[in-house]
Amino acid sequence: MTVDTLPYTTFFKAKKGIMSWLFTLDHKRVALLYLYSIMTFFLVGASLGILMRLELFHPGKDIVEPHTYNQIFTLHGVIMIFLFIIPSIPAVFGNFFLPLLLGTDDVAFPKLNLFSFWLYVIGALFALGTLVLGDGPADTGWTFYAPYSVRTGTNVTMSVVAAFVLGFSSILTGLNFIVTIHRLRTPGMGFNQMPLFAWSLYATSWIQLLATPVIGITLLMIVAERVFGVGLFDPSIGGDPVLYQHMFWIYSHPAVYIMALPAMGIVSEIIPTFAQRTIFGYKAIAYSSMAIAFIGYFVWGHHMFTSGMSGPAAYIFSILTFLVAIPTSIKVFNWLATLYKGSINIETPLLFALAFIFNFLIGGLTGLVNGALAADIHLHDTYFVVGHFHYVMFGGTGFAFFGALHYWFPKIWGKMYNKKVANTAFATLLIGFNILYFPMIILGIMGMPRRYYDYLPEFTFWNQISTVGSWITVSSLIVLIVNLFVAANKGKKAPDNPWDGITLEWQTKSPPPLENFDKMPKIPEGGPYNYPNAKSSS
Amino acid sequence: MYASNFVEGVDFSLYFILAISVFFLVGITAVMIYFLFRYRKKRNPVATNIEGSWTLEIIWTVVPTILVLMMFWYGWVGYRPMLTAPDDAMEIQAVGQMWKWTFNYDNGKSSDTLVIPIDKPIKLNLVSKDVLHSLYIPAFRLKQDVVPGKDFSMWFIGQKLGRYDILCAEYCGQLHSYMLSSVTVVENDEFDKWLAEEQDNSNEHPGLTLMKKNACFSCHTTDGSRLVGPSFKGVVGRSETIIVDDKEETITVDADFIKHKLQNPLSSNVKGFQSGLMPKLPLSDQEISHIIDYVSTIK
Repeated sequence: MTVDTLPYTTFFKAKKGIMSWLFTLDHKRVALLYLYSIMTFFLVGASLGILMRLELFHPGKDIVEPHTYNQIFTLHGVIMIFLFIIPSIPAVFGNFFLPLLLGTDDVAFPKLNLFSFWLYVIGALFALGTLVLGDGPADTGWTFYAPYSVRTGTNVTMSVVAAFVLGFSSILTGLNFIVTIHRLRTPGMGFNQMPLFAWSLYATSWIQLLATPVIGITLLMIVAERVFGVGLFDPSIGGDPVLYQHMFWIYSHPAVYIMALPAMGIVSEIIPTFAQRTIFGYKAIAYSSMAIAFIGYFVWGHHMFTSGMSGPAAYIFSILTFLVAIPTSIKVFNWLATLYKGSINIETPLLFALAFIFNFLIGGLTGLVNGALAADIHLHDTYFVVGHFHYVMFGGTGFAFFGALHYWFPKIWGKMYNKKVANTAFATLLIGFNILYFPMIILGIMGMPRRYYDYLPEFTFWNQISTVGSWITVSSLIVLIVNLFVAANKGKKAPDNPWDGITLEWQTKSPPPLENFDKMPKIPEGGPYNYPNAKSSS
Repeated sequence: MYASNFVEGVDFSLYFILAISVFFLVGITAVMIYFLFRYRKKRNPVATNIEGSWTLEIIWTVVPTILVLMMFWYGWVGYRPMLTAPDDAMEIQAVGQMWKWTFNYDNGKSSDTLVIPIDKPIKLNLVSKDVLHSLYIPAFRLKQDVVPGKDFSMWFIGQKLGRYDILCAEYCGQLHSYMLSSVTVVENDEFDKWLAEEQDNSNEHPGLTLMKKNACFSCHTTDGSRLVGPSFKGVVGRSETIIVDDKEETITVDADFIKHKLQNPLSSNVKGFQSGLMPKLPLSDQEISHIIDYVSTIK
């Protein structure tokens, strides 16, 4: 590896002053603005989670009143969903690396990109504004189910407006990526030569663009009902609460794939790099992303099997739900096969990617249980569901996010972190995470409903185990973040291509210059992961 | 013997999927760890580029497809009988309101807990007086949302004597986790005896009967302690700061105020309590005066 010693100006130093960051049109700086904001909200959301686990340590009151607890879990959900996990990978790593992976100098619409970030900030201010304005943060759960959300005196209107504004941020990011992928691929790079992270962002962006407007209109309808008394969802003024649930999940189920698909893209980048061989089944992985995005639109009804659904509707939604499992399992098998006959460097990013597979399997397989009609009647709205989606969201997307952070850290900052500390933080995080969430699956099978401030004595044991897990989890997160923070400031200089990757971002300097590439990047021959040093299979 | 007629179908669907899941989880994880060591850089310095195999792709598409279709099928088989109650089912009305369950029997008997005869199909007609609730009996593996404005029902057969928890599974506000009741499965003759027992309300103040029926005590205590709303203890004659149209005013609670508040529950809100929760109750003038009478005695 040759470290280019010629002096150049990194994107960090290309311009100076706070304004050059807040109004930057550089996709890399926008990505970092997102990163810092998103990590801040992640820590706020995690703190709220810790408070919930403390409250649930014993039955009865531990630290807060029921009303406060209800506000805490609502704010935890709103922050984690709308301010952390939906934007997380696309807005941070998509923004930073999509143009680099495609060999271009920016996204298609840099100003729109900056505008998306500012919408994110405005949305975040609305969400946080509920803390000080009106009668406090909403106490409805992040789902804002009517008619309770129409009647409660808490500041639902403002929370809903926050989600509405954040929705636009998401739509515009999706639009930007679709155009970027169609128009700005470096010459010679066809769709089938794109790295798989770009494919997963492409699938995700279509969902963001097409599904998000549905939640926008739904949330406006809540506002119309609360402010003007228009009877849409509240039956006492002529509305239909089940209609709300349909409209909510028509967006919010596809949104699950907005959260999961980019994470799968990250894993598809990390595994070939550390196995030093080509990905197994490139087309199968690429097209399965599109299949997941497509089928994902038609499964929302599985959130409503106990909401008075007719037999045929339940039948159809259940079978469609099971069909989504197929492209997902195809991906898992292809990742596994990519390790076969690799020459594997066991490094922190790979560990996160493999832990993603393990956690995501538990999340996905418990999802199958929820898709089965009979089992779902028992487990719907219990802790089983809470365990299931935390395995998918945190164990899956969260782990992929941290994997991506460790993978691209040397590229973004040009520094290397302390690998021993990173591996230790990873190991304790994986253990803590499982101690935190696996008990929830057991509690659900035992019959403990979710959103419970207080619980029956027989649920005490597993709740206490789970709370202990939350302490291990949060301690590991602190070590992980501090390690990276220290490295960004004082870490050893990293080479331009520390992992011997062959996707285009590794051909430029670390940190990249403002225009990304000094010279035209070379597309690897025979596909984006066709490692020249590996033997060919035939 | 299972606690209800649905336990077997639900548990089979659950454990069938869990068993397959454990198999794949353990298998995939083991292969992953094996590859990690077998093909680590030290042991395998040169990788092999294998682009894929359509044979394998087809195998790992077809096998999961068959498995998930089986999972779907057992889920459907366990669920289908829940859809239609037998014609001879005994109907009981189950009313959910913040934060209390009430069960009304055909003969006019009303109870906070459900009592049913063993081995008889029971159909619960579900009514919500306010927001969403969900009647959940974990031991019976059964739940159904209770939605205001919709005539939903659920049915089951209690097959084992005993008392089982009823929980609310759909979030319904402040005291959601306290919206508990129980179902007791008893022998037939015992049930007939229980059902025929007169509810002796004759010695009870008619205002108290009305207030129990309307779940007033879910939110308001009689001992001065704070719950969702202000306590009834000494409320008549007490001076309270209320908020009307975002403006504070201090009033003395009297019969007129209580009547106005019952008829227009959202017109004002006592300062320091959550607004928007007091329901509008269908009460006649005479019933309101009974309630005011009774509340005046809580000192």
